[in-house]
Amino acid sequence: MCTTCGCGSTDRILISKPPQINVDEVSLKHDHHHTDETGHHHHHDHDHEHHHSHEKTVLDIEQDILQNNNLLAERNRGYFEAKNIFTINLVSSPGSGKTSLLERTLKDLKSEINFSVIEGDQQTFNDANRIQAIKIPVVQINTGQACHLDSDMINKAVKELKPPDNSILFIENVGNLVCPSLFDLGENKRVVVISVTEGDDKPIKYPDMFLSSDICIINKIDLLPYVNFSVDKAKEYAMRVNHHLEFFEVSVTSGEGMDKWYDWLKKQVKR
Amino acid sequence: MHELSIVMGIIDIAKKELKRAELSKIETIELEIGTLSGVEFEAFDFAWKIAVNDTVLEKAECNINRIEAKAKCVSCGHIFKTSSVFDQCPKCNELFSEILSGKELRVKSLTAS
Repeated sequence: MCTTCGCGSTDRILISKPPQINVDEVSLKHDHHHTDETGHHHHHDHDHEHHHSHEKTVLDIEQDILQNNNLLAERNRGYFEAKNIFTINLVSSPGSGKTSLLERTLKDLKSEINFSVIEGDQQTFNDANRIQAIKIPVVQINTGQACHLDSDMINKAVKELKPPDNSILFIENVGNLVCPSLFDLGENKRVVVISVTEGDDKPIKYPDMFLSSDICIINKIDLLPYVNFSVDKAKEYAMRVNHHLEFFEVSVTSGEGMDKWYDWLKKQVKR
Repeated sequence: MHELSIVMGIIDIAKKELKRAELSKIETIELEIGTLSGVEFEAFDFAWKIAVNDTVLEKAECNINRIEAKAKCVSCGHIFKTSSVFDQCPKCNELFSEILSGKELRVKSLTAS
């Protein structure tokens, strides 16, 4: 069974039966025959007395369940830091415009900044194809049935991608506002995208994602006249969840507000 | 359904610790899970039942110690029980608070023989 979501896929099996020796059933009495070099035979029967402790032992573990993911995320982070790769984990619900935001950003800034991209989706190469069309190095992770990327997937993808030094690496997570919030990938900043065609109460409906993010991009603001979405309300809700959030209001389609986002990105790569 | 990933993480930890202690059977496992950890307890139980089959935890009793979330108001410093990451301070109605506990996701101990 797959370790991430419980699907039938067998390519990521981590469940294995430990070697179990049933001590109680091994006979304690045995016969054995020796033949020594002189040809003398002897034969003896004997009982062994074994002393087992059948006492229960309490093992204090005190270990974070996500420790493996977090350790590997720190390794990724160290690699990124050493190579001065500023890494952004883009998260959102499906359809908020993550890939379009990415496409436009890459097109507009690729002459100034070196980029590379890791695309996460359950299926298809569609997103990677869109990025490749702009001639940006990209690796696609298809998670199968899994609902989030983890640090191990990123570790492997980075080896495949080999992002250049002094660059920005975008990781586009699986479209899902719940599960990816728990999994540190080793990113510098987590950027959550919401669009005005969603409800403005998304931040309090899915607080974990907004709590774990550093930046919140509100996309599709060109559609504000047509939808019942209050930017102020959305921001207020988001701030209630996480008052450290920094906001960008943009329209990928019209380009409105994108310059502030670009300024921010340029500042990160200079550091 | 990230609860399954979490259960798989627990099985991994249990397997390693059992081997390290050179014991063969886990009787009970003690977990600490905060109410704001992002774990849905029902989904967790469901994931547990399917995932522990054929593992060191198959016969183990699982005791979950739910840790109630507490927050500290950024204005008046009042510490209060909270049911979400954005509850208002009951004393001064401040909206902003820092979460002190409730995010735990830990294997506390194993009883093995």
